[in-house]
Amino acid sequence: MNSKEYRTGVRTGLPVGLGYFSVSFGFGAMAVSKGLGVGHATLISASNLTSAGQFAGLGVIVDNSGLWLMILTQLIINSRYALMSLALSQRMGEKIGVLPRLCIAFINTDEVFALAMARQQELTVPFLYGLGLLPIIGWVSGTLFGALAGSILPQSIRTALGVMLYGMFVAIVIPPAKQERPVAVAALLALIFSSLFTWVPALSKAPTGTPIVICTVAAAALCAWLFPIKEEEA
Amino acid sequence: MNIYVYIAAMALTTYLIRMLPLTVFRKPIKSRFFRSFLHYVPYACLTAMTFPAILGDTASLLSGAAALAVAVVLAYLNQSLIVVAVASSAAVFLVERLMGLPL
Repeated sequence: MNSKEYRTGVRTGLPVGLGYFSVSFGFGAMAVSKGLGVGHATLISASNLTSAGQFAGLGVIVDNSGLWLMILTQLIINSRYALMSLALSQRMGEKIGVLPRLCIAFINTDEVFALAMARQQELTVPFLYGLGLLPIIGWVSGTLFGALAGSILPQSIRTALGVMLYGMFVAIVIPPAKQERPVAVAALLALIFSSLFTWVPALSKAPTGTPIVICTVAAAALCAWLFPIKEEEA
Repeated sequence: MNIYVYIAAMALTTYLIRMLPLTVFRKPIKSRFFRSFLHYVPYACLTAMTFPAILGDTASLLSGAAALAVAVVLAYLNQSLIVVAVASSAAVFLVERLMGLPL
């Protein structure tokens, strides 16, 4: 294994690892505030490595809404990873074998994908392994610390920490929504649909997870139909 | 149902979505509609998960609304993820203390 490539990868992944620590701290705090154990919260992060999917999955677990709903929410919310993996696969070329691909698939998060695609030089297996290292460590340890903080601190602080993840979601959506009007429309539609699912009595009985799936599919499909992306954006 | 079954189903589904296109299906997606759909999915799902859930996760509707307002304003001013997250947490804590809720 080329250790220089590995070290370059580790250095490239450092800022993502730090960012993940803070995001997953919010996830850990929220998971225990909803009744999960510290070990469960950490296990979810170690085995999934995805923020939005884990958050939706948490709701399904807490409300015990059923296995099919768990699979459906993950399929819809994480569908974007299929596109990223496809793009990454093309970029990796034919030289990289199946075994490294099986490992790299696990670490292909939004940010790791963006860094891999942004690299000027050829993508190598040691570079990609190095790239994934600190994001994984950051994500899992952040969850552990967030869950511990959420279990030890008084209720008032736990409630406050519980909204961190929402704050981050807002911070992810608003800047691109300012730049691209279609993104703002997608977010606004999702907001209207999910409000209907909460406040219209007939809809509010839908099992946890289904509203997220329906709101996401409806808003994204409407926007895909109204504002198809330009070819180079994909 | 056992929590480990849920976690396993969740992890396996997420992994297969990432793994299959890297190993088995390697052809680019041609449909412009489908690629556009995938472009909008993250924004739609993050918004649907945040609103109105943020209003109900705190001790009162008011503190949840304060968290949302603080997050929206700071995100609009391009503050970083961590700043937005910590500030909205602080807003919840402050509003709930001002309302006289127990610590």
